[in-house]
Amino acid sequence: MKGWLAATGLLAGLLVLNELFSGSLLAGFALPPYLLQVLCLAGVNITLAVSLNLINGFTGQFSIGHAGFMAIGAYASAYFTVTFGEALRAVLGFLPAFARDGAVLLVALALGAVLAAIAGFIVGVPSLRLRGDYLAIVTLGFGEIIGVMILNIDTVGGARGYSGIPKLANFFWIYVFAAATILVVHRIVHSSFGRTLVAIREDEIAAESMGVHTTRAKVISFVVSSAMAGIAGGLFAHYLMYINVRSFSFLKSFEIIIMIVIGGLGSITGSVLGAVLFISLTEGLREFAQYRMVLFSLLLIILMIVRPQGILGHKEFVTFLTKRRRTIGAAPGTPGA
Amino acid sequence: MPSLQLSSVTMRFGGLCAVNELDLSIEPGQLYGLIGPNGAGKTTVFNVITGVYTPTSGHVLFEGASIAGERCGRITRRGIARTFQNIRLFGEMSVLDNVKVAFDCRQATTLMTAVLRTPAHRAEEERVGRESLELLKIFKLDHLAAERAKNLPYGSQRRLEIARAMATAPRMLLLDEPAAGMNPHESTELMDLIRWIRDRFGMAVLLVEHNMKVVMGICETVHVLDYGSTIAIGPPAQIQRDPKVIEAYLGGA
Repeated sequence: MKGWLAATGLLAGLLVLNELFSGSLLAGFALPPYLLQVLCLAGVNITLAVSLNLINGFTGQFSIGHAGFMAIGAYASAYFTVTFGEALRAVLGFLPAFARDGAVLLVALALGAVLAAIAGFIVGVPSLRLRGDYLAIVTLGFGEIIGVMILNIDTVGGARGYSGIPKLANFFWIYVFAAATILVVHRIVHSSFGRTLVAIREDEIAAESMGVHTTRAKVISFVVSSAMAGIAGGLFAHYLMYINVRSFSFLKSFEIIIMIVIGGLGSITGSVLGAVLFISLTEGLREFAQYRMVLFSLLLIILMIVRPQGILGHKEFVTFLTKRRRTIGAAPGTPGA
Repeated sequence: MPSLQLSSVTMRFGGLCAVNELDLSIEPGQLYGLIGPNGAGKTTVFNVITGVYTPTSGHVLFEGASIAGERCGRITRRGIARTFQNIRLFGEMSVLDNVKVAFDCRQATTLMTAVLRTPAHRAEEERVGRESLELLKIFKLDHLAAERAKNLPYGSQRRLEIARAMATAPRMLLLDEPAAGMNPHESTELMDLIRWIRDRFGMAVLLVEHNMKVVMGICETVHVLDYGSTIAIGPPAQIQRDPKVIEAYLGGA
């Protein structure tokens, strides 16, 4: 009951913010378009980072092809809305306009998620049966293969990019899915299944010896993570209305890895923080033009020297704060504290 | 019917014959010790039973069913639990969660029930939490339940490993050098604990150990291996006098 209330409250809140930011609630009060776009892309990045953290941070299997799954979701859902969107809209004629848009978007995202999940299954099954770094190598190759494939499919624009995608995603939808991703990952991690995943990360041989079906657990985790990346891709496509293969190169994969490493592998709130920090830094450093990447790298190096486990480490934001307070509380009287 | 039976098990690694035509039979409730000088093949036997290796030839029967070549996890679910020579705890996880993971192998929850938080899933979680705590109490680790496993002192880590193995509800427990690195006081405590586990749960225990005091002190049957072959089987008192065993350990006179 409390859960439903919270969910309804969150949806209503996001809806109000959406109207407020776009300027249709209060005349004269609207977020500048640039800021709104950064905010929305941050939301997509949160979904990407939190989902990648499920496989990299909690399960301990290093995937470096997250952008590949994002690309599958983006192109599949965009193809759906461009080709069948109007037909579906006509069928749903009895609904009000915004509900029709939402329905089309949801179907498109579901399609993207399913296709990304299938790709994740195909990539995951052979490489996750083995222990070690095979997943990293295979996913790196997979990301490139997806890029080359899309480049050669002319129906989705090839090298020109895919344009003419209707703008169905907005602040509301992006953050609904970001919140849903956080909720689902949180629940997975705090369940018996999540314990199994962390056990695999900590010691795979011991986990197997405790009766854990390690291959199955790893594949499920990877498939879920891929599906979420597919959703993020779909939202990305329907927000920007134009996608290009170059947006899903291995550089994008590494950006997502950087986000989760900044925030702390194995911390959901850390991933959110990392995603927001990453986009704020890249946007904030824009005025330094050519020094941008130098400064950015420098900041990363400093962070890795000062705090190699990421800002939050394994902890979540709330426990991070309380632990801090407790150590401070214990400090009086103890020398050197 | 014996709990565990190995008949003419051979394990070859290329040209090396680590275990040669080994016969071994453990009755339910028996405390069975497997000893031998370094390189005698004790750990290989252990790994064959737990499914890490598939034997080159021979049969491994657990309660009458062949388990040779099955995956480790499957063998654990059948009822054989193990500990590791070099402790393998889930270091970053809490002591309680270490035990919970082992409980999970007998659970029926799926990803969907976890995401939806169904009442059945919550009830299951509660039950696992309660039973895990009870188990920790038995092993005198309940006051450390929230501590991270890697922060425990060595002796407690060993105890936690045994507790974790017990959480899989085994009918047979395999202990790989549980007294390694323990001081005399700790190993005496360990002997009491092993004996107590056997008496309370009535399970068979296979002990691989270097510490003679421990082996001779608690095992009812001692099995001596040398170069992959059996050189003696019998009660501790008899083994201690066996000339072949003395020769294997001290060299021929």
